[in-house]
Amino acid sequence: MIALSDYLILGAILFSLSIAGIFLNRKNVIILLMCIELMLLAVNINFVAFSHFLGDSAGQVFVFFILTVAAAEAAIGLAILVVLFRNRRSINVDDLDALKG
Amino acid sequence: METIYLLIVLAPLLGAIVAGLFGGRIGRGASHWVTSSGVGLSALLSLYVLFGFVTGGLEVFNGAVYTWMVSDGLRMEIGFLVDQLTAVMLVVVTFVSFCVHIYTIGYMAHDEENWPGESLAGSNSYQRFFAYISLFTFSMLMLVMSNNFMQLFFGWEAVGLVSYLLIGFWSVRETAIFANLKAFLVNRVGDFGFILGIGAVAMYFGSIDYAEVFARAPELANTQINVWGDESWSLMTLICVLLFIGAMGKSAQVPLHVWLPDSMEGPTPISALIHAATMVTAGVFMVARMSPLYELSETALTFVLVIGATTALFTGLIGIVQNDIKRVVAYSTLSQLGYMMVALGVSAYAAGIFHLMTHAFFKALLFLAAGSVIIGMHHDQDIRNMGGIKKYMPVTYWTSLLGSLALIGFPGFSGFFSKDAIIEAVHFSTIAGSGYAYFAVLAGVFITALYSFRMFFLVFHGTGPRDEHAKAHLHESPKVVTVPLVLLAIPSVLIGFFTMEGMLFGEWFRDVLFVLPQHDTLARLGEGVHGPVSMVAHGFAGFALYFAAAGVFAAWYIYMKRPEIAERIKSRFGIVHRILDKKYFFDELYQALFAGGSRGIGKLLWSLGDRILIDGLIINGSAKAVGVVAGWARNIQTGMLYHYAIAMILGLLLLLTWFVI
Amino acid sequence: MTFELIVFYLFSAILVASATMVITRRNPVHSALFLVLAFFSCAAIWMLAEAEFLAIVLVLVYVGAVMVLFLFVVMMLDIDVATMKAGFIRYLPVGLLVTLAMLIEIFLVVGADNFGLDKFPSPAPAAADYNNTESLGNVLYTAYMYQFELAAVILLVAIIAAIGLTLRKRSGTEVRQQDPSRQVKVKKGPDRVRLVKMEAQD
Repeated sequence: MIALSDYLILGAILFSLSIAGIFLNRKNVIILLMCIELMLLAVNINFVAFSHFLGDSAGQVFVFFILTVAAAEAAIGLAILVVLFRNRRSINVDDLDALKG
Repeated sequence: METIYLLIVLAPLLGAIVAGLFGGRIGRGASHWVTSSGVGLSALLSLYVLFGFVTGGLEVFNGAVYTWMVSDGLRMEIGFLVDQLTAVMLVVVTFVSFCVHIYTIGYMAHDEENWPGESLAGSNSYQRFFAYISLFTFSMLMLVMSNNFMQLFFGWEAVGLVSYLLIGFWSVRETAIFANLKAFLVNRVGDFGFILGIGAVAMYFGSIDYAEVFARAPELANTQINVWGDESWSLMTLICVLLFIGAMGKSAQVPLHVWLPDSMEGPTPISALIHAATMVTAGVFMVARMSPLYELSETALTFVLVIGATTALFTGLIGIVQNDIKRVVAYSTLSQLGYMMVALGVSAYAAGIFHLMTHAFFKALLFLAAGSVIIGMHHDQDIRNMGGIKKYMPVTYWTSLLGSLALIGFPGFSGFFSKDAIIEAVHFSTIAGSGYAYFAVLAGVFITALYSFRMFFLVFHGTGPRDEHAKAHLHESPKVVTVPLVLLAIPSVLIGFFTMEGMLFGEWFRDVLFVLPQHDTLARLGEGVHGPVSMVAHGFAGFALYFAAAGVFAAWYIYMKRPEIAERIKSRFGIVHRILDKKYFFDELYQALFAGGSRGIGKLLWSLGDRILIDGLIINGSAKAVGVVAGWARNIQTGMLYHYAIAMILGLLLLLTWFVI
Repeated sequence: MTFELIVFYLFSAILVASATMVITRRNPVHSALFLVLAFFSCAAIWMLAEAEFLAIVLVLVYVGAVMVLFLFVVMMLDIDVATMKAGFIRYLPVGLLVTLAMLIEIFLVVGADNFGLDKFPSPAPAAADYNNTESLGNVLYTAYMYQFELAAVILLVAIIAAIGLTLRKRSGTEVRQQDPSRQVKVKKGPDRVRLVKMEAQD
């Protein structure tokens, strides 16, 4: 039988991998966005697992909302990316230092 | 009657408002007309009031005309107390003020010459001057007519304000500004005591109305209070001494006398009006008015006596060495104020007020005469440059002779009666300090005669002015100047003769001035004197007259007959001359100690408190600290997205670690 | 080892492997494609957890829409891949260190000691007529109605924002554009029809 801890550990591995991805691909905004998607996926796995083991469908509702927000986030993030590329001819994170004080 | 009293007070105020606010529009002529007629009306009504009291047709009026506020049972009102004392003061103030108004028309006629051409402050200065002296008259009338301490204080400060404005009237002169600031600051020292005294009265009597306070005074006579520590003080002594400190400031008693000689920077008419005849006598009037309180504290009386005697003697000595004509008269004023205080100190309040009145006339006369000489000399005030003016200015000469004779106490002149009464009263007094005071006033007589006639001889006799140019232009002053001189000369000579009987020994002040039987020196004097003629006869039996004669003779001998003696004395007693010339170094002491000290404290507070602590540490320091912290925090804000991401991840790691452990 | 467990481990292995590829590939297109694979395997795992509806939604929405969007953007943009990967090796050690530390800590929390079968026994399989979509819909349209509407608004805002961000006016005469406001203002008569006189031709 699959234990709850199996799901959670799978989520943990996925989460850690996406963090490692953020560290490694710190210059490429597209990969960063993908890593964030992965991270959300890891969280969703946890939600689904808890929902299954606790017999409460509220966890799945949350996953539903997270998917919605993640889709919106991906759409806007990519739109920003396109505008950014149009203005700078680059999506290198190092170039995005307009916020620097 | 209330309407008349209100009219007396408000007529000068109205004149001041019209001339002060609309002077530029109505012009010079209308300004001096409106103010002079306002004061003239007051003078006429005051005379009417005085005659009402003389003939017995008038009752003492004591009532409020307006209640300002009632706070915790303490009624603050504008009210009038008009009795015999007030009536005398009213006549003195309004009469002298009226004369000064007339005189000013002549004295200030060419005032624009005293201002630099481009000076804005000099515009309408003529109208402004009239507005000020009318305002002063109003303030002084408020002071003498008040029936409570609050209005007294109002008048007290209002006359001080006008005095300040008038001393610095020629505001483009540095010396004038220095002098008026000095007068203002020294008066603040006195007023500090004065307001504390009024506060003590309000605290322990629960009222600031004269009648109520005086009625309750005997039951509080033996009250002891603790001001600080365990030392207990007599309440009456404390109140009286505090009030007298106010009087010391206003009436320029040692050691707060330093402002009066400097106040001569103002135009001469106000020197006559404010700094000789009326305002400086406010202290004398106040103490006389408070006689029911002062009688209850022998300590306070001794204090008054000693201060007065010191002032009378030592400021007179300074007068001998002064060369500025107005300063000589100013030191004479100081000395005479000392005489009045001595009279108050020995409970001869009537003699003090009597001297106040006679002094007001002859000292105003002397000042105005000095002003007339100054006009003639084209504003040269050094008596060493004068001489032989007698033949150029006969009216001025004769009126000043009369004034000087009245000042030194020539028998039969008004000054004789008042001064002799004071000297004799001191002689009869038994309170502590009276021996010293007796010596001081007797010596003062000689000194008064000496400096008065030194000035008189140097100015009017001897060889003519050294400056030929000045000599050529020397002529008698216009009518508006000489008429007031004559007007003032009449009472200077005569008023003592006709009023001394009633004022000193008669019924006049019986219900107004309160004197304990054991203090009543005037009554003892009165036993031997019956009428003015007997007083004159009595005068020949005393020392004072001979001292005065000796003073006149000495002045004539030293300064007229053998002028080289003066030089020899000057070189022989160089130190004494220097001390007198420097006025006992009071100015230097105050300048170094108080002015220098407070400036030092101010500088310390400025450099340490303001600049280092507040500016440097608190204001700039906090701003700088914010700047430093922000500069440090700014380095964290790289603007790189992944730095923020890493920070978040590390934070998450820390949180996890905290959960695990 | 049951069949379920084998399937779980299989898809888990695929998921972890494809996730690793996502973060290590040089080419973003490859990364995106591996991400699609990861979503697929995840959907399979959610099936095991009896979340059929979400599994289908994941495939439809993510694989069908979001990942296509990603691919579209990646291919549209001309990305200099070489510079993007610069510093990869340099940050590998610290990245691995942080990741490992985090992994170990999460393991300590969610390991079998705390969430094992003895603590959370596996629930009984759902009945044959159980409909995951229906039960989810029952909750979503009743208890979470308000949040559901909010999610709809968020999606609407995202659509408008994405269009607003990327829409731009092209300059130049060769680009023909419509001006809706002018179109609306068109009146009957000369605006619509212009009669031109011409010489009749034979």
